[in-house]
Formats: sequence, C-alpha cells, structure tokens
Amino acid sequence: MSSAAQQTKQQVAELGDKYKYGFVTDIEMERAPKGLNEDTVRYISAKKGEPEWMLEWRLGAFRRWQTMKEPKWARVHYPPIDYQDAYYYAAPKNTPLKQSLDEVDPKLLETYNKLGIPLSEQMALAGVAVDAVFDSVSVATTFKEKLNEAGVIFCPISEAIRDYPDLVKKYLGTVVPVTDNFFATLNSAVFSDGTFVYVPKGVRCPMELSTYFRINASETGQFERTLIVADEGSYVSYLEGCTAPKRDENQLHAAVVELIALDNAEIKYSTVQNWYPGDEEGKGGIYNFVTKRGDCRGDRSKISWTQVETGSAITWKYPSCILRGDDSVGEFYSIAIANHFQQADTGTKMIHLGKNTRSRIISKGISAGRAQNTYRGLVSVHGKAANARNFTQCDSLLIGGECGAHTVPYIESRNSSTRIEHEATISKIAEDQLFYCLQRGLGQEEAVALIVNGFCKEVLQQLPMEFAVEAQKLVGISLEGSVG
Amino acid sequence: MLDIKNLHVAVNGKEILKGLSLRVDAGQVHAIMGPNGSGKSTLSYVLAGRSGYDITEGSITYNGEDLAALPPEERAAKGVFLAMQYPVEIPGVTTMMFLKSALNAQRRSRGESEMDAIGVLKSVRAKAATLNVSEEMLKRALNVGFSGGEKKRLEILQMALFEPKLAILDETDSGLDIDALRLVAEGVNGLRSPSRAMLVITHYQRLLDYIVPDRIHVLAKGRIVAEGGKELALELEAKGYEQIVKDAA
Repeated sequence: MSSAAQQTKQQVAELGDKYKYGFVTDIEMERAPKGLNEDTVRYISAKKGEPEWMLEWRLGAFRRWQTMKEPKWARVHYPPIDYQDAYYYAAPKNTPLKQSLDEVDPKLLETYNKLGIPLSEQMALAGVAVDAVFDSVSVATTFKEKLNEAGVIFCPISEAIRDYPDLVKKYLGTVVPVTDNFFATLNSAVFSDGTFVYVPKGVRCPMELSTYFRINASETGQFERTLIVADEGSYVSYLEGCTAPKRDENQLHAAVVELIALDNAEIKYSTVQNWYPGDEEGKGGIYNFVTKRGDCRGDRSKISWTQVETGSAITWKYPSCILRGDDSVGEFYSIAIANHFQQADTGTKMIHLGKNTRSRIISKGISAGRAQNTYRGLVSVHGKAANARNFTQCDSLLIGGECGAHTVPYIESRNSSTRIEHEATISKIAEDQLFYCLQRGLGQEEAVALIVNGFCKEVLQQLPMEFAVEAQKLVGISLEGSVG
Repeated sequence: MLDIKNLHVAVNGKEILKGLSLRVDAGQVHAIMGPNGSGKSTLSYVLAGRSGYDITEGSITYNGEDLAALPPEERAAKGVFLAMQYPVEIPGVTTMMFLKSALNAQRRSRGESEMDAIGVLKSVRAKAATLNVSEEMLKRALNVGFSGGEKKRLEILQMALFEPKLAILDETDSGLDIDALRLVAEGVNGLRSPSRAMLVITHYQRLLDYIVPDRIHVLAKGRIVAEGGKELALELEAKGYEQIVKDAA
C-alpha cells in the first residue's frame, strides 16, 4: 500500500470513534429513513454535528424548496422523480479501506485500467492531494500538512462548518443563493458533505487539489456542496473527477459548487465526469442536476471552468461566471459526450457586470447512438459593463444518424460598447476520415477516439496534465460501440 | 503476392468491376492505366477494404490468404498500404501523433511491441528528410491546410514508415507539378524491394517515366483489356484509350 493510503487509513482510524459501530471492515450503510421532511434535515444536521445556525440555514432552504417546482425547460426527458422515495443521508458506518486491489469492485478497476490509472497510483499521484469523498462522508484527507504550511484550508465542508464557521458563514450561499433553483435549494437543505477550500491572500496553492467522488450506495441521492474561496492575489487549481460502478436504479445527484475569486485571484476548476450513463438500452444511469457558479467578485480576478462530461443518463449543468469585478475574466471550456440514450443539456452563463470584463466559451458537443446533446448558453452584458467582450465557439460532432445536437445561445447586451462573437459548427465524422484511419491500421474505436480527441483538442489542452491523459482515454471509452 | 481472380465489385448495387483478374508478384511494380470511370479507384478501395465496395464474385488472394475476409485495419497490419488520391484531413490530430498511433496499432496487431515516441520520431525524421517533409508539417494537424504536393509527400512518407508488402498508389501523380512528381517518384523508387509489390494506378503515362513498371495493365469498363511491358504506356499515349479499348474488343 502506498504511503498516501497508509496515511489515509490512519486518519480514518482516528475518525473511527465518531461512527457508532467503530472501525470494522464490512460495508454497511447508515441511513436516514427514506423520504424528505424537516426531520430528515434535522437528522442530517445532527449527524454532522452542526451548529444551530447551519440547521436554520438548511431548514430555511427546505421550506423554500417545498414551494418550488422542478424546472422543465431543459431538453431532457425522464420519468417523474419521487423525492419521498429516496434516501437523503447515507454514511458508511465503517470505513471500507481495502487492503489490496482484489477487494475493489472489478468494474471500477476495469475502468481505471482502461484509463491507465490503477487505484493505488491515483492515491499516490505525486503532488495531488486526494480528498476521497466516499459516498457522503469525507473519510480521508491527505497532503494536509503541506497545505497547512501554505495556509491553505482544504477539508470536508462539514469540518469547515465546525472549524471555520466565520469563513463559511461569510461565503456559503453568496454565489448560489439558497433560493436559486429547485435543485440548488434541495441541495442547500440536505447536502451531506463536500469540500471547502480557502486560499489566503497572495498564496499560490502549492499543488493541484483533487477530489474523487464515488457514488456507492444504491438509491442514495448525492448532494455534494463545494465552496472555494480564493482571497486577494491567490491562485488555486481544483480538479474534480468521478467514477461510479454500474447501477440499475436511477440516482439523483444535485451538487452545488460555489467559487469566489477576490481581487487579482484566479480559480481554475476542472471536472472529468464519467458517472454511470445507463446501459446500451438506456436503463439506469445517474441524473446529474448540478449548479456550478463562480463569482469574480474582485477586480482583475479570473475563473476558468473546464469540464469533460461523458457520464450520467441526464446532465443538467451550466457552470457560470459572474464577472462582477472590473477587468475580470471568465472562461468555460467544455466537452460533452452523449452516447446511447444519454441526454445532456449543458452550457454556461457569462454575466458581465464590471467594466472591461472578458469571457470565452469553447464548447464541444459529441453525440452518438441515440443521444441528445444540447448546448445552452447565456451571455449577458449589463449596462455598466463597458467594453465587455465575449467570444463563443460551439462545435457539434455527430456520430451516426440517430443522435441529435442542439445549440441554444442566448445573448443580451445593454451596453453599446460590447463586442460579442458567436461561432457555431456542426459536423459528422466523415466516412472517408474513418476509412483513412482504418487503412493506416487503426481499429474502428481507436480511429473514432482519435478523430474525436482531435475535435476536442482546444478543450483538452486546458486540463491539467494528469487529467488530460485520463480525459483523452475517457473520450475513447465513452464512444465504444458508437460506430460500426 | 497478390492474385485477383474474376473479381466483380458493386457499389450501391451498380457493378463497377466486371471480372477483373490480375497477378502481382513480390519485387514487381505493376501499373494500372485506364480512362476515367474504368474502375481504377474501385480496385484500390476494394483491395484496402473500404466499406460500400461489395465483392459479388471472384476472389482476392494475398500471400495465400483471402484478403476480402479481413477488415481494413488488419489488411494494413499485414502490409497492405494504399496511398490515396485524396488524403483526408483530420483536424486537431497532429501528423506526428497520427503516425505514431497508426504505426503502433499495426505493430500491436502483429504482436510486436509498441515503439515509444522517441523511437517513432527518429524513424519519421529519417524518412522525412529525403521526402522534403518539414518538421513543421509533422506538427500540423494531419493534412489540414497542406498543399496537394505536401499531402502526397506525406502519403509516401507513411508508405516508407509502415514498410508495406503491397503498396497501392492511387493517382499519386494527380495534382502534382513536375518537381513534386519527381520527388514523389524518387520516394517510391527508393522503396522498390525484392520483397515488396507495388500497384501504381494512374491515368497518365507521365508518372511512368519516373516509376518504370515491370508490367502495365489497361483497365476499361471494369476489366483488364490489354497488358504489356512498359512500352504499352507509350502506345497508349500515342493512340489514346479509346483505340486500345477498341482493339482489345
């Protein structure tokens, strides 16, 4: 076992007494009763040992949520979700630390192997701190010391609520208000855990921060909450990657991510998401209703979203930037791949409030099988945003004749000095391209992966190195069986 | 090496090749000449295994094996190379990356170990120099923005890199000026080998001034209508296809 894993094990052992049944080896879940009411919210809050103010915050959100309706405007179709027929809290009673790779779900291992990253190596990845979210409770945090030295706080949000209440109170819900939307409000009421990052003034975070999520409990909604604050002049790069083993039941996932960049600060947030998309007939798969938003609160601040979305049965996700500070910059680089029966409705919002704000949107949508892929984006320039600039490029690639690609750009400008450019293309993988690759010895799937990776190149280049390699392979894996 | 017997090929239900027979031995260079629409490109595609080219009758035997039974990528791994008339563009994929992926795919298929990036780079550079393929070209996306000459040179570079047993050159001379033609021909001649067979498909006699074939076959209306030595090309040039086809009938 790697030293990182040992360190994790030790930390988990230390946490052990917090769990009722201590530190034993079988995986049993400790759950709140099915359904959602005020008692569920109280149960979660009590389980996390939260202060009163946090409980009140959650209850406020819950009461609000009860008055809200699920949004229907996205181009996604799914049977009605029975919110009373799900569990809202599941914590491993014990920590399922594996002694060897033999104990790991072979499907998961297969995926890791295809991606070329064995689990053991992932944990030991040099310079990458791994805060493994195993279901809802963060059970492990590593590389803490190094971050401590730099003054960076990187911990489960439940810990931050206890240990850094002032910071959490100051920033939580200030980018995505409790009342924002149906799913975000639900998350605010029942979020189980997530990640908190605070980078102090002038600090360049000494390593890429990374969280690997894994959904493990069947029929357990996942409500992660992430809050990242980059104080003046600081820089942080955060990597989020996800895998999930196969499931038959649809699983609801409604995360909220809030980013705040103060003056001269920069946040780079990268996601590789490959949750279970459902089988080839479209059965099962995860519903991913995520609210991700960054606030360039300070002047000359910058927030950059990069996402590679290959998983989930349904993706409803619009990582956005509020360009509040003057001269602030927002970027959105996205690859969304939908195969088989997957449905993706994803894009971004760039809200220009400050002067000389700039935004850049590069979206690459790939549809295969009978999937539907929609880019939905808003560029909004407010009256005071003099000299705001936006460049948008939306490219869609179709593989086969039964899939669909849709581009829905919304552009609003209330300032005459604005410059907005929008380019969109739609293309198919041509038979002659494929034949050319085959003639040179590439297999069908390798050829598709190569062509698609070429198509996505501008976005892949934005990913940190460790993720770029994984993402390239993932692109290929996601499209297996899409041709021929 | 290659033995085609009574080959009938249909595209979208329309018969293009109508009983073509042809035999090319190792070490030989054969030319296929013929007017437009005679089935020259169909022959090259069917040998390479392009989908949509259906063999309705006859056989293609390659080194004792039924070539038609193999998917295109396996044919490539077994040494069939087609230098295309219109090399395609693949945006975002650098030429070098493409060469490495293709070479290693072939090696894997043959049960050989993969070459690392440095090994491939060395091998490519050595070949690139003689074909006047610049380092800058190798860094660009495959064929994207390449001139006609650059595309054809890159095809020959690939042929040199993959070291095929059977090389088919489909109208490699089309769109080339005389200097580019000479360069490409030199590249091809440099690859002539006792263990390699080549099938040079061309409309014009011009290419055969530079790549001198052992044998020339005239293809018309889906069949070989005339055969001969290299002097046949000159006769064709003088008389034109129409007369030769008439004479043969």
